[in-house]
Amino acid sequence: MFGLDKKDSTLLLIVALLTMLAPFILNPFPTDSGLAQFNAGYPDLMQRFVIFGIFAIGFNILFGLTGYLSFGHAAFLGVGSYSAVWMFKLLSMNILPAILLSVVIAGLFALVIGFVSLRRTGIYFSILTLAFAQMSFALAYSVLTPLTNGETGLQLTLDDPRILGASATADGSIPVTNLFGLEMRAATDMVVGPWSFTFSVGYYVCAVVMLISFYLAIRIFRSPFGMMLRAIKSNQQRLNYTGLNPKPYTLAAFVISGMYAGLAGGLMAAMDPLAGAERMQWTASGEVVLMTILGGAGTLIGPVLGAGAIKYMENIFSKINDNVLHGWFAFLPDGIEDFVVFVIHPFVGKGWHLTLGIIFMLVVTFLPGGLVEGGQRIARFFNRKKADDPKSASTEPAE
Amino acid sequence: MGILEVKDVGKRFGGLKALSDVTLSVAENSCHAIIGPNGAGKSTLLNCLVGKLIPDTGSVMFQGQSVLGRSPHEINQMGISRVFQTPEIFGDLTVFENMMIPLFAKRDGAYRLHAIETVMNEKSLIEEAEKMLDEVNMLDKRHMHSASMSRGDKRRLEMAMCLVQSPRLLLLDEPTAGMARADTNNTIDLLKQIKDERDITIAIIEHDMHVVFSLADRITVLAQGTPLVEDAPENIKGHPKVQEAYLGEAH
Repeated sequence: MFGLDKKDSTLLLIVALLTMLAPFILNPFPTDSGLAQFNAGYPDLMQRFVIFGIFAIGFNILFGLTGYLSFGHAAFLGVGSYSAVWMFKLLSMNILPAILLSVVIAGLFALVIGFVSLRRTGIYFSILTLAFAQMSFALAYSVLTPLTNGETGLQLTLDDPRILGASATADGSIPVTNLFGLEMRAATDMVVGPWSFTFSVGYYVCAVVMLISFYLAIRIFRSPFGMMLRAIKSNQQRLNYTGLNPKPYTLAAFVISGMYAGLAGGLMAAMDPLAGAERMQWTASGEVVLMTILGGAGTLIGPVLGAGAIKYMENIFSKINDNVLHGWFAFLPDGIEDFVVFVIHPFVGKGWHLTLGIIFMLVVTFLPGGLVEGGQRIARFFNRKKADDPKSASTEPAE
Repeated sequence: MGILEVKDVGKRFGGLKALSDVTLSVAENSCHAIIGPNGAGKSTLLNCLVGKLIPDTGSVMFQGQSVLGRSPHEINQMGISRVFQTPEIFGDLTVFENMMIPLFAKRDGAYRLHAIETVMNEKSLIEEAEKMLDEVNMLDKRHMHSASMSRGDKRRLEMAMCLVQSPRLLLLDEPTAGMARADTNNTIDLLKQIKDERDITIAIIEHDMHVVFSLADRITVLAQGTPLVEDAPENIKGHPKVQEAYLGEAH
């Protein structure tokens, strides 16, 4: 299918199904049940899942394949967001030109930063990218205020020109982002018994873009170019003595991953048309590193899983506060209940970072291949069990 | 006029004179060995030939073109392949992928960003890779992770990766270092086979006299950074200067 082999087609199909059915899958609990707070199927969060998925897929092309650890990828995300908002201010509220511009500008920006940073490898490369990103962040905050609106962040106003659109709607408000008239904010609810599912245009636009990005990433992974990138990670010396120049390859990988980041930034702005400098901060760069490693660097699906896991924890796990805990453990005698809540308290709610940190440490120590490796181990365990089981073996037709 | 002409090459590392006035000529389709005791400058000389080091003085011409100032990948594209002392392969890749990379380099040059094509669609290159793997008896290992192979297999794979590019000159840096006698003999056989069957020039740096005398057509003896003698193997064996340089060493 689309030039992919059977295994990759299956993977793409599964990811497509999961993203298309996400509003159902992420809302497994009835709306008024006690577990409803674990429902992640609201548009804003689902959009974040796929947007950060795109960001991590792109980051993985650089880090997973070539092994170059960039600590400044948030800069491209931020640049993408600013470009998109400027497009909304100057051209029109259609997201297509905005997203295209984000990708192009982020790509050019990545070309410049990559050209300089890729002169070094290892930790020096990481530090250079970090320095560039922090520089961009600081500039966006201060001297570039005319472009970025500094601390407040770049926002739409009623007197933006929008030459191909309207500065304001008929009722005097700022127009909303759309794709040829299809408003990103538009959503319909579907109520089935006690359950309620929300389908939003914005989410599906992001999901389709994510699927296209994912498909392209698979193609890159299976291409001669992808193989060269893995060769760079494996042994640059041999690559040199095999007649290949690693520089154009690493630079191309850097620019491609920068464009992915720009795409994610553009989509973010398309869903919510404002851009702030904090999007470029090093914590944001670090987050994508965490996502990729947690999910499994160098694997196709890993970064998407990692992005999902971290965003889920950030938005859902963080909601478990003391009241909720008391509710859960109400069946325990008072003193013990308080004690249990006291013990769990630092790990949930505002302390979700602690849990994330512990999970991250465990994954890095015991599953160097990330969540994907965990999944593979489980699959292998069950396969072996099945193979050992004489009953299941006997049901196989004899050949 | 040889295929490789080294003239008056000198190289200093701080106060240490690693090479001085090295002149040697490697004849086309011969097997030329460079021998010498430890610290004679053999590896420095080799590194000057492949672009890893730039000599301070002198010239290195390959097929009439200077290699000085060119980077290793450019020199490889000119037709020089190098086998390392410890096998340098792409350990994270499969044996088959290891074979494909030199083939891509040969076909597409130093770089080509073919990001949307699929490796598995390159039928003619795949055929070539499989043919080469068959020649070195590794076809059954094609899906193996190359890092998990034995050292002997890694060495064979590395040689196959060099040969599949059909280089004009193959440089070998102590190909049998650290090998058991049986493995050494296998390597000698492999190299003899390569020499007989292909239109190729081999320059070999070696410590092991057994290897050198079974393969070389011509030998240069290097001592303290300068060539002592250059002659046919039968004349080298009993040469008084060589005996002197190797005093205490087995030969």
